[in-house]
Amino acid sequence: MSTATETIESFVKQGYKWGFVTDIESESAPPGLNEEIVRFISHKKQEPEWMLDWRLKAYRHWLTMTEPTWPNVHYPKIDFQASIYYSAPKKKGDGPKSLDEVDPKLLETYEKLGIPLNERARLAGVAVDAVFDSVSVGTTFKDKLAEKGVIFCSFSEAVREHPELVRKYLGSVVPYTDNYYATLNSAVFSDGSFCYIPKGVRCPMELSTYFRINAANTGQFERTLIIAEEGAYVSYLEGCTAPMRDENQLHAAVVELVALDNAEIKYSTVQNWYPGDENGRGGIYNFVTKRGICKGRKSKISWTQVETGSAITWKYPSCILQGDDSVGEFYSVALTNNCQQADTGTKMIHIGKNTRSTIISKGISAGKGQNSYRGLVKVMKGATHARNFTQCDSLLIGDKCGAHTFPYIEVKNPSARVEHEATTSKIGDDQIFYCNQRGLSKQDAVNMIVNGFCKEVFRELPMEFAVEAQKLLGVSLEGSVG
Amino acid sequence: MSLLEIKNLHAGVDGKQIIKGLTLTINPGEVHAVMGPNGSGKSTLAAVLAGREGYHVTQGEVLYKGVDLLDFAPEERAREGLFLAFQYPVEIPGVNTTYFLKAALNELRKHRGLPEVDAIEFLDIIKDKIQLLELREDLLKRSVNEGFSGGEKKRAEILQMAVLEPTLAVLDETDSGLDIDALRIVANGVNHLKRADNAQLVITHYQRLLNHIVPDYVHVLFDGRIVKSGGKELAFELEAKGYDWLIKGHKDQLQPA
Ligand SMILES: Nc1ncnc2c1ncn2[C@@H]1O[C@H](COP(=O)(O)OP(=O)(O)O)[C@@H](O)[C@H]1O
Ligand SMILES: [Mg+2]
Repeated sequence: MSTATETIESFVKQGYKWGFVTDIESESAPPGLNEEIVRFISHKKQEPEWMLDWRLKAYRHWLTMTEPTWPNVHYPKIDFQASIYYSAPKKKGDGPKSLDEVDPKLLETYEKLGIPLNERARLAGVAVDAVFDSVSVGTTFKDKLAEKGVIFCSFSEAVREHPELVRKYLGSVVPYTDNYYATLNSAVFSDGSFCYIPKGVRCPMELSTYFRINAANTGQFERTLIIAEEGAYVSYLEGCTAPMRDENQLHAAVVELVALDNAEIKYSTVQNWYPGDENGRGGIYNFVTKRGICKGRKSKISWTQVETGSAITWKYPSCILQGDDSVGEFYSVALTNNCQQADTGTKMIHIGKNTRSTIISKGISAGKGQNSYRGLVKVMKGATHARNFTQCDSLLIGDKCGAHTFPYIEVKNPSARVEHEATTSKIGDDQIFYCNQRGLSKQDAVNMIVNGFCKEVFRELPMEFAVEAQKLLGVSLEGSVG
Repeated sequence: MSLLEIKNLHAGVDGKQIIKGLTLTINPGEVHAVMGPNGSGKSTLAAVLAGREGYHVTQGEVLYKGVDLLDFAPEERAREGLFLAFQYPVEIPGVNTTYFLKAALNELRKHRGLPEVDAIEFLDIIKDKIQLLELREDLLKRSVNEGFSGGEKKRAEILQMAVLEPTLAVLDETDSGLDIDALRIVANGVNHLKRADNAQLVITHYQRLLNHIVPDYVHVLFDGRIVKSGGKELAFELEAKGYDWLIKGHKDQLQPA
């Protein structure tokens, strides 16, 4: 191995800047998982009977399931009885009626993360729901959205205020029996965001949820449900961070999207959970189920994700293309550094006629990182003239990391056209030297090459977040420059 | 003060000794040509000057602007005005040429305490240069060197040199693979950049480049040493007689690698 490669490897050392802990009194359930805990959570949230029943059905089903072992990731067995399933910042009195009543310490936390929630400083043009451990602590711009009939609130509030919508769609895309972690989530989910865009409405601003894990030994299980009625449009973004802790923490979320006729949902994620240290100690286990259904004709669902955090990532944002002429898209950048492992990709299920899907996956591996793309393209019998284009590129930095590709293609209709392209490249010593010779540091050279590699995905992100994502990649690859 | 002073340099790569006692002094305003057969160590000399990793100096010293060049990282040397036009320019997929060059220029400017140029100012700067090298403007929109023809790559190297305005430019076989028109364009570009306060070290295998870039001194490199130096007429002599007459005596003392 050349010395240049060693130098490249030396700056894939991580500097995680979001690793602080907020010192706040919280109210937690005792560790462990049983029916009592499920009832406790439901009670805490003052849920109606139907909701509790649904949770209990999920919990009982979960007991019959076993953890999946097919992903290409390795970790010690999780002790589900050691985790805490509910933690919330202690409320003063009845809890905040508006953002002005939110504990200043919480507001400060989000400010530190660059997400100001108070009325004066909040992000222009972006409505934010902030989820701290198990609960939503506040949602901005609610009134302005309400004028258009858009509902954007915490999941708990939606269960209380809009039970008819929640009952109709909850579990309609990801049933509580779906998979081990989705079932666990269905039993113990604590909060999350709910969005409803009525018929013909173009949501006037970006909707965004910022998830923050703070408490130790606590799992985070949030659920997001987005419904776009006929002709509606919404762009939604989620971001997430967690403190640096030596033990692993579990994050098992579920996201369900429903797009009716001519509706469009654009869902973007910048995932930056704590990845663990360079020896692989600590970090979040990010086991997430995300799925959208293009129920209506000419509907469209587009997933864009930039995954830089977590010790282990296991997620496959998927599209069920049921409506004729519907469109599914998946744009992904996944970076694994140090000892991080990612097994991520998508599923495109073509059911309707003339359905189209595009998959652009960019995997970056550095340090000892292992990155797997796993994608399924399934064309059902009735999906005449379905089309898919998949491009799957891997970039290696150094020579201790790995990239793997697992494409699965099932085509049951002869008129379908499915294309798959894959490349693997490596940042070469000669490229770094060439940049150095033009006055650029090694760090800048690597960032420049990585950003160039991810361009097609960044282009899909809302402008301000594209800039954020670029910076985030830079920081995630930061370290000592040799 | 000399711009570059190489004194009794011994250097190599991967444990192999390639430069074996090389001495060369370059003053501001001078153009030096280094000629030599394939494998004589020309590119190795360029790599050592530019600070490529993996190349080690075992003996001797290199002073640049009076300070020890070997103490500096490659990017620091570049920011101090040392430029290498690569024999084999490297492709960097995904990185836009304009963006790359602007970033390089701004690194230089930052180092000199000058304000950075923005995208619009940069376009003004590059417009003239691209005409000088007779390159198509759409090349700037493509990734660095990616899919460029051999000739375009070489011309793009000189375009970069024109933007960065180096104090010492080392051109490593910039002429190889160029047809006669491209050769004229490249040489014209290089001549255009010549000033009283900078210098050029032109590495070439063939004499023909030196019809266009007229050197003040010609050095013949063989087996890691300069075996003969002279004026521009030495290049003609080499063209007529080849290298053999010069290196014959040295071949007998060739050290095992
Ligand atoms: N990485 C390397 N390892 C071993 N030998 C090398 C390496 N690079 C170059 N050489 C050898 O060093 C000698 C000089 O090479 P080079 O400087 O490229 O010559 P030139 O540019 O004059 O053709 C050649 O014999 C070449 O094979
Ligand atoms: Mg050479």
